[in-house]
Amino acid sequence: MRRRGLDQSDYYRGVRMAPYDLVKELAIALVAVLAVVLILAGVLSSPDEPPVTIQSWAQHAPLDLVATATAELQGQTISSDYGPPYNIDRDAVDHDRPAGASVQAFGPIAPQSWAGVHIPITAASSDVLHPLQLASASDPKLAQALLRYRAAARAQRSTWLSRYAAELGHAHMAGGLPVIADPAAAGPLPTMMATLLLVARSGGLDGLLLQSGHFYQTDYTGPLLFLGDGRYLPGLAHAQHLLGDQWGMMNETGRYPGQAWLWLYTLWYQIPPYSTASNADLLVVLTMGVLSALLLLVPFLPGLRDIPRWVPIYRLIWREHYREARRRPRG
Amino acid sequence: MAEGRRAGGSWTRALRRMIERELPTEHLLPDQEPAYVASWVYVFGVVAIAALVWVMVSGVVLAFFGPQWWHVSPQGHVVNSIHFWSVQLFFIFMVLHLWGQYFGATWRDGRATTWMVGVVVFLVSIGTAFTGYLAQQNFASQWIAVNAKDAINSTGAGAFFNVLNFGQMYGLHVMLLPIVITTLVAVHLVQVRMRGVVKPIETEPS
Amino acid sequence: MNQPAPYVHWGFVVLSLPNLVLIGVMLGLFALALVLPFPGRRHRRPAADEERRDG
Repeated sequence: MRRRGLDQSDYYRGVRMAPYDLVKELAIALVAVLAVVLILAGVLSSPDEPPVTIQSWAQHAPLDLVATATAELQGQTISSDYGPPYNIDRDAVDHDRPAGASVQAFGPIAPQSWAGVHIPITAASSDVLHPLQLASASDPKLAQALLRYRAAARAQRSTWLSRYAAELGHAHMAGGLPVIADPAAAGPLPTMMATLLLVARSGGLDGLLLQSGHFYQTDYTGPLLFLGDGRYLPGLAHAQHLLGDQWGMMNETGRYPGQAWLWLYTLWYQIPPYSTASNADLLVVLTMGVLSALLLLVPFLPGLRDIPRWVPIYRLIWREHYREARRRPRG
Repeated sequence: MAEGRRAGGSWTRALRRMIERELPTEHLLPDQEPAYVASWVYVFGVVAIAALVWVMVSGVVLAFFGPQWWHVSPQGHVVNSIHFWSVQLFFIFMVLHLWGQYFGATWRDGRATTWMVGVVVFLVSIGTAFTGYLAQQNFASQWIAVNAKDAINSTGAGAFFNVLNFGQMYGLHVMLLPIVITTLVAVHLVQVRMRGVVKPIETEPS
Repeated sequence: MNQPAPYVHWGFVVLSLPNLVLIGVMLGLFALALVLPFPGRRHRRPAADEERRDG
């Protein structure tokens, strides 16, 4: 049953052996690596940039938060018409386009659509209307505004929303609230958004966005998607060189090394056709899948497995052996 | 089968004999190696394992005190720093080990599966580091989750592997993936010990 | 260490200084591993070594 070539005793026949203490080597390695780790940890510490909260967003970029919330109601953010796994983009379905602005496919390969909606997200209600509904319990003015918004026809709502969104484009902050030129044209939205901003600034919206009917919470899909829909979080990421088109996948906050081992993965996002493709993510994943398979199968691939014979690095690794072989003719 | 018959039909004895045959203790823990095992390149594997040990030890401490601890405790931050730098060293040594094994073409003489398990360890380690970044509960976690979701979603995996779900990522990072890595590394080591260190590339036809 | 890192721009390649240092360290370690003599292996007397006997 012994397979030839796999049995060590056969394999090493005629090979000169030398004493080698594996356990001592491992012990020395453990101590040496620990010493290096302790020095690096002690001298350089580790990165820990505090998380962004909805509260800090409201404090540092209030108009962006209000504009994002308005866009959620309009269904014009990334998450509101994303497609699977979060939702189906109704507008797209009506216009016979792929059911989601963020759905990627490569020819007939459309795994995102195949997998379907598993994490249902309705950004308008979960990020804006539901939190406002909860906040309106002690705010009759807000309750009235919400009632008016909900009772209005779809066309009326969309008129208010587009007027309000346009006004926000040149709004300024005064007394902690957005000031727009013609509040009446935006219906109940100025009241709704002013309250949303006040609740957000107090920290209340952080809690309301996680309100799920469960006591315990470990899933931050809703708030993270909301943060990602705005410009504040991506702006901070941009400043730290963390965007996809900044080789961001390799980078780390502060002056720390990042995931340098992802250099090839992030490289594709910098060059055409990937950098300009709307399905870049899928293309990169497929490319890396093929390349990973090639790496896995190197021992079987003519060409790839022969490179080591052409590059004389092995002559350095085993130089003692080759030197000795030249000295004593082989038997 | 022949072994099974010789062992009198006992599966237990057959398994024991197989282990004794395939991996006798002098192969598992040899006190001698071929004389050609004489290069620092051979050390990258063992230091990668040493780094992995410290990743695991510091990770166990971080997991024990919970995901918020290291953000508020100076001692916790030190343990996190140890975890961070052990991971960096683990990857550095793993990549150097991969370079060394590649340029020595050490998959020769029936060692292809050893190479393949090593590559899988590397790929699973990337996934483990990824879930670790997501489980940090800081700005980097937020941004990585928001940014990475599109790539994961494009493959359809996002429906089941939700990078925005901290609980899911944390569980995978501290439990499932470490078990997978440890098991695969153990398999990799057993493969190396079973077959022994590959001979140098022949320079002249013998 | 929490200040933004300096970045090196080289054509379309953008690398943070810490990553550049890390890659340099890796290449340096690999080169050193190739050229440095391995301790205890050089200049040993062949008589001290054993020939593999069992088969």
